[in-house]
Amino acid sequence: MAKKITQKTKTEMPCRDAGERSRSFDEVALGYTIDMAVAEANRCIECKNEPCIAGCPVGIDIPTFICQVAAGDFQAAWQTLSADNLLPAICGRVCPQEEQCECKCTLGRKFDPVAIGRLERFVADHAASQGWQVGGTIAPPSGRAVAVVGSGPAGLTAAADLARLGHKVTIFEALHKPGGVLVYGIPEFRLPKTIVSREVQALEQLGVEIKTNHVIGRTFTVDDLFDELRYDAVFIGTGAGLPHFPKIPGVNLIGVYSANEYLTRSNLMKAYRFPESDTPMIRARNVAVIGGGNTAMDSVRTAKRLGADHAYLVYRRSRDEMPARHEEIEHAEEEGIELLLLAAPIEIVGDAESRVRVLRCERMALGDPDASGRRSPVPIPGSAFDLEVEVVVFAVGQGANPLISGTTPDLPVNKWGNIVADDATGATQKRGVFAGGDIVTGGATVISAMGAGRRAAQAIHAFLTAPAAAPDTPIGV
Amino acid sequence: MYPVLENELLSQDVHRLWIEAPHVARKRKPGQFVIIRVGEEGERIPLTIADVDTARGAIALIVQGVGKSTRELNLVPAGGTVLDVAGPLGRPTHIEPGAHVCCVGGGIGAAVVYPIACGVKASGGRVTAILGGRTKDLVLLEREMRAVADACHVTTDDGSAGAKGLVTDALSAIIAEGVRIDEVVAVGPVPMMRAVCELTRPLGLKTTVSLNPVMVDGTGMCGGCRVLIGGQQKFVCVDGPEFDGHLVDFGELSARLRAYRSQEAESLTHYCASH
Repeated sequence: MAKKITQKTKTEMPCRDAGERSRSFDEVALGYTIDMAVAEANRCIECKNEPCIAGCPVGIDIPTFICQVAAGDFQAAWQTLSADNLLPAICGRVCPQEEQCECKCTLGRKFDPVAIGRLERFVADHAASQGWQVGGTIAPPSGRAVAVVGSGPAGLTAAADLARLGHKVTIFEALHKPGGVLVYGIPEFRLPKTIVSREVQALEQLGVEIKTNHVIGRTFTVDDLFDELRYDAVFIGTGAGLPHFPKIPGVNLIGVYSANEYLTRSNLMKAYRFPESDTPMIRARNVAVIGGGNTAMDSVRTAKRLGADHAYLVYRRSRDEMPARHEEIEHAEEEGIELLLLAAPIEIVGDAESRVRVLRCERMALGDPDASGRRSPVPIPGSAFDLEVEVVVFAVGQGANPLISGTTPDLPVNKWGNIVADDATGATQKRGVFAGGDIVTGGATVISAMGAGRRAAQAIHAFLTAPAAAPDTPIGV
Repeated sequence: MYPVLENELLSQDVHRLWIEAPHVARKRKPGQFVIIRVGEEGERIPLTIADVDTARGAIALIVQGVGKSTRELNLVPAGGTVLDVAGPLGRPTHIEPGAHVCCVGGGIGAAVVYPIACGVKASGGRVTAILGGRTKDLVLLEREMRAVADACHVTTDDGSAGAKGLVTDALSAIIAEGVRIDEVVAVGPVPMMRAVCELTRPLGLKTTVSLNPVMVDGTGMCGGCRVLIGGQQKFVCVDGPEFDGHLVDFGELSARLRAYRSQEAESLTHYCASH
């Protein structure tokens, strides 16, 4: 080993007090101080094989930036980090590092791994406080233009990489603010929106143009992007689609939301500030959120912050099977979220005005593992029970958005409506069209979408610079 | 920022705004809508595109000032701006070339059936229009509709304009004359659309309605605009806004339209108190 180990556990990151934060949308985790960051970076043993890089879907040069933090050269660390990743303040907050870089960490075999995510966040926040420009180089203009559809993690990453490679990039965003799920989905208390806009601005400094209010499939079709607007390639990263609702009675009662709607009202539309902001949402004393993923966690913690006395999380399997990050589950419990495990909704009962009054559930037991490898829940007969709630939020996944596939007949989709694209390159079966993120994989993580955006950017660059696609050769020949 | 080119008062609390939005105007078809946000704290307001002026790259919206957001929009003067215009959204109206379509518009619903009537005429069809309102001032776009329709009937509840009665009375009378109608397009308050559908259902007369439920993103992402169509869950923003009226669960639609009634009142009070 290259270095002596003096600290076996991760340097703790300070958090806002649970009682205070459960009523506030301010960010929960407060970030490292300079001393904490240097101490944590010094835990890195500088191993030779650097497995953490392989664990990062976007391949950040982790050992180099950590070494620079350990040496106190934060500006160099920022140059290293921002050359590889234009969204480090976001990734440092929302990536599941415990399943990626940190789970590969050599130190982690015996002790806690290095807190790579916390260090990434520290470097990005420190750079912003100092006003440092992003690192990396920009290639001379290629003369080729790429349209990126959607400004979520996949689109932002693809756009950044393509811009660095010298291509002219325009992002088309359907909503009024760029960021996709980073602005409509992930709550302020986990990812402050000023951080998203800061990293989007860094992208604009690279020369990327962002057109909001442009709904591809409606405002322009994919073919329009080629034929009318003369783009040479298109990347589709449109993300989440139509939310699923279970086929149980009462899902259209007033007070039943998809997590997408509940979070969009609160995050994008700032309904938590109503009536200072114009968009309302039902503020209930008792809220039940159905699901066990990160979106369910975000929803139930939002419900608590909107003033719920009881915010229940109803999940049909046990705690061990919950797909949410452990840190998020812990934070939720500290904030007073009530977990109802091994329970599933069977009916929602409304009053005379069609407003939700009762969520009827039944208890579940775990049976044999299903196709996903998780033990499948089996209802226990005669175990129904009622929860008195006024709001029910379903965070149980989503289908594909039909706006692009419905207007691009030569773009094949699978039986779920997701675009068929090569995993390694994002190439679709339509020439010049690449895709990545949730529109290809179905609901996944921010960082996996970023990884897909990065791989697609490389493939698009290869496509644009291949002899067959030289500027004087018409596309489609 | 999207410039407001004109703001014309059509009737009490009802304005026609022409807004420059070339990205929407170039492709918009009858039946489609936009989502507007007036300012930074604004709601996303879905509004049918009532007309288009491709030369100016502009769209017309007919806005009835009911709550805070629509009143605020109506106050934007010519020369002012709105922050966001997204669209065109929704599926365009399916127009059968050469068909005889009876376009029924109740109140502000006229703003939705008028572009459809124009589309029917443009595809060689015939339009019989019925415009209704509680009273004379609430019959909208009569002049415009008369200019495009082959016939235009007006009804008011109080008899202050046209025939005293409901749009369904006028529709019954037209059907009784024995004129062959291929399709009825009815847009207006939910009770009106439901009444038209109940009238045409036993006759097997195809009836299309355009729905305006509570909506947030307008792109299929939130599911707030879901309605039951023939027992199937549909999202108005991507599957609609037009549906076979005989399949719509109007009871559920009207209940869901009341979801934010108290908040809408609170928002308006808050707005009036601070202006």
